[in-house]
Amino acid sequence: MHNNGHAVSYLDYKGKHSGIFAWILSTDHKRIGLLYLMASLLFFAVGVTFGFLMRLELIAPGRTIMDAQTYNSLFTLHGIIMIFLFVIPGLPAVFGNFFLPILIGAKDVAFPRLNLLSWWLYILGALLAVISVFLPGGPADTGWTFYIPYSIRTTTNVMPALIAAFILGFSSILTGLNFIVTIHRMRAPGMSFFRMPLFVWSLYATAWVQILATPIIGITLLLVTIERLFGVGLFDPALGGDPVLYQHLFWIYSHPAVYIMILPAMGVISEIIPVFSHRTIFGYKFIAFSSLAIALFGSMVWAHHMFTVGMSETAQIIFSLLTFLVAIPSAIKVFNWVATLYKGSISTDAPLLYALGFIFLFSIGGFTGLIQGALSVNMHIHDTSFIVAHFHYVMFGGTGFGIFAAMHYWFPKMFGKMYNMKTAKVGFWVLFVGFNTLYFPMFVMGWLGMPRRYYDYLPEFHIYHLISTIGSWILITGLIIMFTNFIKALRSKTTYTAINPWGGETLEWTIPNKPPLENFEVIPTITAGPYEFKDNDEFLMKENN
Amino acid sequence: MSTIAEHTVGHVHRDDIGSRLGMWLFLFTELVLFGGMFLVYAVYRFTYQHEFHVAAKELNTSVGALNTIILLTSSLTIVLSIIAIRKNNKFLSVFFQISTMVLAFGFLVNKYFEWNIKIHHGIFPGSETLLGKGNGEIIFFGLYYVMTGLHALHVIIGVLLIEVMAGYTIKGRINSTNYVRLEAAGLYWHLVDIIWIFLFPLFYLIT
Repeated sequence: MHNNGHAVSYLDYKGKHSGIFAWILSTDHKRIGLLYLMASLLFFAVGVTFGFLMRLELIAPGRTIMDAQTYNSLFTLHGIIMIFLFVIPGLPAVFGNFFLPILIGAKDVAFPRLNLLSWWLYILGALLAVISVFLPGGPADTGWTFYIPYSIRTTTNVMPALIAAFILGFSSILTGLNFIVTIHRMRAPGMSFFRMPLFVWSLYATAWVQILATPIIGITLLLVTIERLFGVGLFDPALGGDPVLYQHLFWIYSHPAVYIMILPAMGVISEIIPVFSHRTIFGYKFIAFSSLAIALFGSMVWAHHMFTVGMSETAQIIFSLLTFLVAIPSAIKVFNWVATLYKGSISTDAPLLYALGFIFLFSIGGFTGLIQGALSVNMHIHDTSFIVAHFHYVMFGGTGFGIFAAMHYWFPKMFGKMYNMKTAKVGFWVLFVGFNTLYFPMFVMGWLGMPRRYYDYLPEFHIYHLISTIGSWILITGLIIMFTNFIKALRSKTTYTAINPWGGETLEWTIPNKPPLENFEVIPTITAGPYEFKDNDEFLMKENN
Repeated sequence: MSTIAEHTVGHVHRDDIGSRLGMWLFLFTELVLFGGMFLVYAVYRFTYQHEFHVAAKELNTSVGALNTIILLTSSLTIVLSIIAIRKNNKFLSVFFQISTMVLAFGFLVNKYFEWNIKIHHGIFPGSETLLGKGNGEIIFFGLYYVMTGLHALHVIIGVLLIEVMAGYTIKGRINSTNYVRLEAAGLYWHLVDIIWIFLFPLFYLIT
């Protein structure tokens, strides 16, 4: 459909290289986005498989299908893969790469070659993580947190896993750096900061967290590596070091990293809600600034992961208070999304369903986060499966559903094909039901005292574990329905030509599906905000009068 | 269908301000990286005040001072090389870049001997002499090796970077109208310098 000469699609474009090299050496932000998509979905599949096996082991008390050491390795790998290889790059590196330049009216990111380098570093880190599984000594069994002193004592392959995480962090820093410069320097004429789509705002806030927090995990993991190699003693109590200091340094990064994961998902939801309710977004500036506020407050709450390690009470109270404060900007967003839906002309297509799923699950995850942020309750549920349920509601129910929402929303634009809407909706409901069946029982058993990361449990927890395991099967069925639907659409011969299927007002809906190499034939001049659905707003105004 | 010739049409994007912004952001990340180390230093300095005091006396202040002078001078030479290329004096620019590398090499040689002497005296992580000392001293020398080691690694990276820049300058890819790469390398070199300016008093001067 692209025989107008210069507008050949990015998928058909023939550059210097051919075959696979046309992809892995491409500096086109759209191709790099797809490279990330393919790689991260591959690792998602691996992570899901590990999660499935863990759930299967827990279906009954005692040994079911694996020994305890294997189980320890599985939850470590599940964590490392899901966090560093799927959730962190899932939105910024995949959809940020693909759509950030388009959304601000640019031809590419500021440093295309650096962008490619980020992907290569990502692959290098991923390969190291994979290699660590097969080297003699066995995969790491420390949990993704690499807590000292165990991580400097265990004989498993902690080193390759540490270096892998270090390299993945570096990749994440370079992506963030690239995005900040792109947003500052490459906006189309007229695209002021307050005319930027909210997904761009969220990527901007994320990018700052990426470049300011990630170096801390870099140096911390490096120190653990040095500790293992030379026994310097910085975190080793036998030599005067302080293992709690390690935990501080670890969470100084890893808590903000949670916001690296959730912020872009919130950005996607802010794109989808106004389009599918066909209304101007409610409180644009509040949503934009709340992203920055989350990034700021989120950087100051790390010690709420450590309430039981023995900090001063003053420190605990301050960190608990700050934890409550960080809920405010998140609540502002939820409020604004719901207010946008109010009196909108809502079309319940799959992207909106996933966005609503996000709001529902993220709210449960967020509120249970507050429960844990309260000091006294935290003592009771610390290191129980309550925590596991909480962060799966936020990271999977939140970010995961955000990623799925983005996939359904931008799929026709990226590939010039359309999936079957009915199947997509069925997929959503199966996934949604499976998700809650899988994770909600964990709240209950955590509250009753089931510790996290345990291979075995008392018989009174059996029923909850059983329900949870059955939930994992439903959830995986939902995933299979969703991905089969996508693959079918990709393989179908019918090209989807409608360039604006949802009636969006942002720039990606003005260019052809499967956008050409340089996105725009002429760089657009921006004269209005991103969500001005004038017809509907005028209609509403008349109705109100 | 369009022809392949049409496909190879690309745009050349050049934005010196953007490149500088990118470099500054990268330098922030480096500062935060070392910031983590300085934080660890601060915590242990507070915990082991007396032992840090004793341990710091073992370091040779004049060697440290000499290295400080060398690095500060090298920062000057890299600035001079940028000024030279701006004035279109290729020869002088390359000369100053090579001077910077020579000074950096001097710094590393000095560092090598300093470490070597320490190791000869049996002060290195895991050594019997060091393990015989108090916990605070073990931590002090641990930090000393890690922080100056990480800094030395940055010096080496900086030298490699400047070497590439010198190659570019000779080939003419860096010239009086396009020298943003050299500026970026210069900024990196100043970062290496400024981190040393903090390491020097923390390890050598405060006793």
